[in-house]
Amino acid sequence: MSSQATSLNSLSCPVPLPAVERVLLGHGSGGRLSADLLHRFFLPAFQNPVLSRLDDQAIVKVNGECLAFTTDSFVVKPLFFPGGDIGSLAVHGTVNDLAMGGARPLYLSAAFILEEGLPFETLRRVVESFRDAAAAAQVEVVTGDTKVVEKGSCDGMFINTSGIGSVQPGLHLSADLARPGDRILLSGPIGDHGIAILAMREGLEFENPVRSDSAPLHTLVAEMLKTSEGIRCMRDPTRGGLSSSLNEIAARSGVGMTLEERSIPIREEVRGACEMLGLDPLYIANEGKLVAIVEPGAAEPLLAAMRRHPLGREAQIIGTVTAKEFGPVIMRTTLGTTRIVDMLAADQLPRIC
Amino acid sequence: MKYLDEYRDEKIARALAQEIRERVTRPWVLMEICGGQTHTIMRYGIDELLPREVELVHGPGCPVCVTPLEMIDKALELAARTDLTLVSYGDMLRVPGSSSDLFHAKANGSDVRVVYSPLEALKIARANPNRKVVFLAIGFETTAPPNAMAVWQAHREGLQNFSVLVSHVLVPPAMQVLLAAPDNRVQGFIAPGHVCTVMGYRQYEEMVQQFRVPIVVGGFEPVDLLEAILMLVRQLEEGHAIMENQYVRSVTREGNLPAQQIVEAVFEVCDQKWRGIGTIPQSGLRLRPEFSAHDAEKIFGMAEIKVEEPTECISAQVLKGLKKPPDCPVFANGCTPESPLGAPMVSAEGACAAYYRYRRHKVLQERACNV
Repeated sequence: MSSQATSLNSLSCPVPLPAVERVLLGHGSGGRLSADLLHRFFLPAFQNPVLSRLDDQAIVKVNGECLAFTTDSFVVKPLFFPGGDIGSLAVHGTVNDLAMGGARPLYLSAAFILEEGLPFETLRRVVESFRDAAAAAQVEVVTGDTKVVEKGSCDGMFINTSGIGSVQPGLHLSADLARPGDRILLSGPIGDHGIAILAMREGLEFENPVRSDSAPLHTLVAEMLKTSEGIRCMRDPTRGGLSSSLNEIAARSGVGMTLEERSIPIREEVRGACEMLGLDPLYIANEGKLVAIVEPGAAEPLLAAMRRHPLGREAQIIGTVTAKEFGPVIMRTTLGTTRIVDMLAADQLPRIC
Repeated sequence: MKYLDEYRDEKIARALAQEIRERVTRPWVLMEICGGQTHTIMRYGIDELLPREVELVHGPGCPVCVTPLEMIDKALELAARTDLTLVSYGDMLRVPGSSSDLFHAKANGSDVRVVYSPLEALKIARANPNRKVVFLAIGFETTAPPNAMAVWQAHREGLQNFSVLVSHVLVPPAMQVLLAAPDNRVQGFIAPGHVCTVMGYRQYEEMVQQFRVPIVVGGFEPVDLLEAILMLVRQLEEGHAIMENQYVRSVTREGNLPAQQIVEAVFEVCDQKWRGIGTIPQSGLRLRPEFSAHDAEKIFGMAEIKVEEPTECISAQVLKGLKKPPDCPVFANGCTPESPLGAPMVSAEGACAAYYRYRRHKVLQERACNV
C-alpha cells in the first residue's frame, strides 16, 4: 500500500473499509455472501431481539396477541414458468414464510414495481394469478402499491409482498432450538423450482418437463402442528436450497447434523438436469417444500401426518441432529462414506467440464 | 437413472474396494489427472474405501485452476472497455487475477456474460454487430473442439466483431513433465475420460512405453474410479505396464475424429504457462495465423504481463502430486475458496477446493488429534 493510502486510512474514519466495495450478484444467492451482507449492514443498523433471531418471520406480541410478520420480494425471470408465475409465487413465498413460524396466514400486502412498456395483458395475467393464489390460500390482500420505473430499470415486473398471520399461544418455533438426537424431516423432492426456471432460461427440454413446486404450505404445517408438539423449527428451503437452510439452523443452534444421501428425494429429471449443468440439487431453490427439525419421538407420527397431506406425500426422514463437530452438516453418501454439506458461498456456477 | 445409478451402486463399489484390498501387498501412489475425477473422489469419499497402501494424489487437471494469472488480468483489461462484451464459462468469473476477478468487473459495470457453450457467444456477436464480443476460450482438449468451432464459424460468416482470448492446455505434455521429474512419486495414472473421449488414448500408449508406467483411462463415477484403481493395482502388483481403458462406454482408441479435425484446423500447439507449475513446452494451443482476425490478443494489442504468485502457497507441489492439500499449513487457515491463495483452491474442481468442500471435517479432525 502506498504511503498516501496509509495516511488517508489513519484519518480515523469510524467506518471500517469493507474488503468488497460493491454488491455482487452472489450477495443475493442466499448463501454465505448474503449472510455477510446481513451481518455487515442490516443487523448492526436495525439491531433488536426479534430481528436477531433471523427466522423467516418475526413473531411479535401486540396487545397480548402473538402475530407473525414477514416480507419478501420477487424478481423471478421469466415471469411465467411451468408450475407458476411471479404472481402466485409472491403469494406462496410470503404465506410459507409465515407458516414456517407456525402461523396461520391472514393478510397480505401487494406492491408492484412495473417497467415502462409492460403489456397490460401480462399485468392482467399476473394479477389474476395473484388473486387466485391468495383465494386458494385463504388470505386477503388488504393493501398495496404500484410504481412504474423507466424502461430498463427493472425486468418487466418486480413484486413485494408482506404478510401477517396469527400464532397460537405458547407455540414457539425457532432455528436456535435444534438439539442432538432430533430428527430432520423433508416434505418432498428438492430442486424442482430452481430447475424449472433454469431449464426455461437455458432452453433445456425434458421428456417430462420439470414444474416448479410453488405451493402454499400452511395447511401442511397446520396438520403437523395438530399431530405433535415436538416440532422445534421449520424452514422452507428457497434460495440457497436445502443445504443453506440446514447450515443456518445448525449454526444458530450450535449443533451438527448428519444427513443420509439415499433418503433425500430428488426427481429423475432434476437429477439429470443437475448432472448435465454441473449443479448440486442440495443448493437449488424450492418454493413448496419444508424441512422440519423435530424431537426424536415425534418423527414417525409427523412423517405419517405429512404423507397424508397432498404436499407431503413424498416426505422423508433425511437425517439426525448431532453434537457440534468439525463442519456442521455431514452427509453419509450412498457409498457409506461421509462428506461435508457446506453452505453455498455465492451462486452455483456451471462447471467447465 | 440409467448410466448413473449402476455406477454409484454401493454393493458394486464395496465389492471393487474389497478386491483392491485383496490384491494389494505393497504401497502404491496413483494419480488421477482430471479435476472432475478429483471431485468425485472427494464427494464420495473414495479414499475412505481404499486400503492404506493405495495413496491417491491429485493431478493438474482443473483447467480453471491452471489458467495463468496473466490471462485473467488480460480478460479484466478487456472487460474494462465500454465497447466490449466479455463472454466466459461460469466458473472463470470467480478466479482472481492479480487484483480482481470478473465478478467484480461485472459489478463495476463491465458487460460480462456467462454461457454454457461458445456458440452462445457467437449468437451474442451476431445480435450486437456494433459491440466487440470476446470469448474467454480456456480448457483442456475437452473444450477445444467447441471453442475451435466457434472461431471456425465466425471466420466462415465473416463475423468481424467476434474474437477469442485463448488459454488452452494439453494433458499429455503435463503428464510427461510429472513423469520425467526426478522427485516423481506417481506409479500409475488414471487418464482423463473426457479428454480421451475427444482425443482417444493413442498418445498415452507412447507414455506407457517411454516411462513403463501403467495408464488406465477412467470415467467419472465412483464405480468407474474404483474399477480404474483396481486395474492399476492389478498391473502394478503383477509388474505390468500397459494401456487399459476402463471408460469403454465413452472412449475409443482413436477418439472423436471430427472434433480432432476442427481443433487441428483452427489451433496449433505452442508453449504454455500453467498457473502453479510454470511454462511447459508444447503444452498449449493458440490460434493458427489464418484466424488472427479473431485473436483478441492481436486485435487489442495486448502487452505481455508477468505476475508473481503468492509464495506461501504449495500449489506447485500439490499439482505435481508431491503433497496433498491438507499438508499445506494455510489450507482452511488463510486459504479458502472465498479467498484462495493458489490455483487448486480457485475452482470447485481444484484439489484443494475439493478437499475443502467435502473433506474438511476429516482434515480438521486429524489436525485436532495431532495437537
